[in-house]
Formats: sequence, C-alpha cells, structure tokens
Amino acid sequence: MKRSVIDILDLSVEELNGLMDTAEDIIAHPDDYADRCRRKKLVTLFFEPSTRTRMSFEAAMYELGGNVLSMTDAASSSASKGESVADTARVISCYADIIAMRHPKEGAALVAANNATVPVINAGDGGHCHPTQTLADLLTIRREKGGFSGLTVGLCGDLKFGRTVHSLINALSRYDGVRYVLISPEELKLPSYVKEEAIKPRGIPYEQTESLEEAMPKLDVLYMTRVQKERFFNEEDYLRLKDSYILDPAKMTLGRRDLIVMHPLPRVNEISVAVDRDPRACYFKQVLNGKYMRMSLILKLLEEAAS
Amino acid sequence: MNIDSIQTGIVIDHITAGRAMRLYELLGLGSLDCSVAIIQNAVSKKMGRKDIIKIDADIPVNFDVIGYVDPTATVNIIRDGRLVEKREIGMPETLTNVIRCKNPRCITSTEQELDHIFKLTDRLKEIYRCAYCETRAN
Repeated sequence: MKRSVIDILDLSVEELNGLMDTAEDIIAHPDDYADRCRRKKLVTLFFEPSTRTRMSFEAAMYELGGNVLSMTDAASSSASKGESVADTARVISCYADIIAMRHPKEGAALVAANNATVPVINAGDGGHCHPTQTLADLLTIRREKGGFSGLTVGLCGDLKFGRTVHSLINALSRYDGVRYVLISPEELKLPSYVKEEAIKPRGIPYEQTESLEEAMPKLDVLYMTRVQKERFFNEEDYLRLKDSYILDPAKMTLGRRDLIVMHPLPRVNEISVAVDRDPRACYFKQVLNGKYMRMSLILKLLEEAAS
Repeated sequence: MNIDSIQTGIVIDHITAGRAMRLYELLGLGSLDCSVAIIQNAVSKKMGRKDIIKIDADIPVNFDVIGYVDPTATVNIIRDGRLVEKREIGMPETLTNVIRCKNPRCITSTEQELDHIFKLTDRLKEIYRCAYCETRAN
C-alpha cells in the first residue's frame, strides 16, 4: 500500500528502529542492497535549491540499483507556468515509483502526498519538516552513543525557526531517558508549543540557557544549528543574531571527552573549521548516515507500495 | 429585556459570554434576510453569564463552526413554537473551510484551490492547527 513520509511523527518508534537496523545492515553489507531497486525510478522534485539533500537521495537510489530523474530548477518546470503542486504530483506519479520533494512552502509535501499515486518523501517543506534529516541525526546518535537512553542533548542556535531541531525533539522525546539543554538567545528560543506538545507531557527534564559555555560540560550530544537568513523577514534581526553562538576549540575544551558535536549543515561560521579536526566532531558522519537512512526509507516505502 | 420567542427557527444557547459575535460572523448570519437576535451577557444559573443567538428561520447551520467557537453551546431547533431537537455541540475533530490559515509561508497562501483544513490537536486547550503547516488557529 502506498504510504508517504511527511513528518518524522509519521514513523513509529518501532519503524524508526527498523530503519536504523536496515541502515546498519546496508553499511555492513552494501553489496546485498546494490540491486534491490532495479528498474525503479526516484524523481527528485526540488522547488528550491539544496544540493546536499538532493544528491543524498540520488546517491541513495543509485546505490540501491535504481534510477533517478531530477527536477532541480523550478524556473524551468511547469511550476513556473503556474501549475499547482497537486497537479505536479499527479503528473510525476506517471513517471516515478517514488518521489522526494523539497518546496519552499510549508505543507507542500502533504499536498503532493495527497495527490500522488506513489510514495512521497518530504525532503523539506519550508521551515516546517525535514524528516530525513532527523533520520540521519538519529542514526548518528545511535551509532556514536550506542542508543538514546540517559543522554543529555544540547540544542544550540536557532531553536525558534530551526525545523531540524523541532523534528529531532519530536523524535527523541519518544525514547526514554533523554533530557535537553536548550541553548539560544531570547529571540530564538524554542517555541512554547514544541515544549508543550513534545517535552512537557512526557515529563522530560529540560533547561534553557543563553550560555553555550555553561552548558558544554553537561552534554553528551551538542546539536548546533545555523541562524538561517531565509527564515527572517527582517535582515537587521538576522545580522544582529547570526553570530550569537560560535563553537570554537576553546569552547570544545569545556566539553566531555565523549561528547559528540552534530550539525545539519551547511554551516556558515557557527562551528569554526578548527573544530573539524576534533574527533568529537560528527557532522560529516551525519551526512553519510543520511544517505544510508534515505536508502533504508526508500526501500521500506517501495516495499510497502508493492505489497 | 424581552425578545419574542420564535415559532420556527434556531436558538443557540449557552454560548460563553463574549463569543456570540464571533459565532455570528463565522456562521455568516449577517447575510440572512430573517431576524437574528444576539443577546449578550444574559444571566444564567448554570454559567453566570452567557450569550444567546436566536435565528427566526429554520436554516442549515454548520455545527462544526459552533463547536469550534464554543463547544459548550447548545442548539435548539424550534418548529411551530415547540422544541423539536436539542443538540449538545462538542469540538469537531476537523474544520474544513471554516477559518483560513494566516501563515504566509503555508502552501494554502499560494494554492488557492486548496481547502483550508484545521485539525484538533489539543482538546483540553481547544487548539486547532493547520493540517498543512501546523500553524495554530487563533
């Protein structure tokens, strides 16, 4: 049966664990998966630029033995002639076995999923959801820390507009024993509804601070985010806040030896390049893990669609 | 203050004081050509103060709108001067084209043909969110 993934909450904890198990198996036995999507086509529909996510999906499909059709420039597509997302989804369904879509408008992926006859994976809908980034994050934490129980996870930077942060909190909060340290300037604090809906009902301990230095010694995981210019209506606000939290080697000395540092990338200057040499820096591993989790998800959705 | 009882029509009773005008607007009662009485701040044994709307015609009423604005309201259907039906209204799970999403980044802001759908996400706090972008309804 056809099924789409728009939000990380579309996947149960059991399914998340299953996807991570498959990803681990892909990593251990890549040849076993090299032909699993033969004669299947992934269409990547990207209405706004994102080289990394698009290439990750495409590499994932190629490594499963499938084919890829790409729409990378909305200006040259029917969208520029005014075609609706609903119609685009219906048309592309005629060519594709599965669709990965990024769109600047929030909710666009749900509209596509409601109208497509093939599975749709949300590859980012504005500031709303980006579930496959969260899948990459979860696998990275599980691989590096062995699981989620007992972890203190620091989330730093733009916690207000950062969709990756909201999705990660929604996903991690379903695992027992996680606690949060929310590190941000006042203007970019985590929205209260995320706390009310994902953190407080489960009684998850959390603290909020403006100081990255104070938080560092407490953390098992530090998830850095970029203050994104495109999420601001006002450029002055962006310029004032963009350098609020920069992770450098001096701050890294305050962290535990087994800390891991994550970032959804691309970074601008919130993690200095010198940190890359620190073995605790895991953000490039995240990129690779993202490809494996996308492979795992593509496989799952194609198998479900065929059953 | 006296408002004549109606022979055939609808009485929306037990409206939380202060919510009648919002209900009047969302139900589109201003466009009816029959008499509509809005009673605000009426004394109520049960509620202390309440609002009441009387519509002097048996028109189709969108119960979802009433449940969204005030789930404690009751609807009385009157025919030939007699109460023929009394309905308690709860909060609907889904609202379709009752309110519009105000998020300028929502897909509904550019794709005009889409229904504006809101889902009830917190019954206790009476919170509805856009089905597409999850922005909270006011």
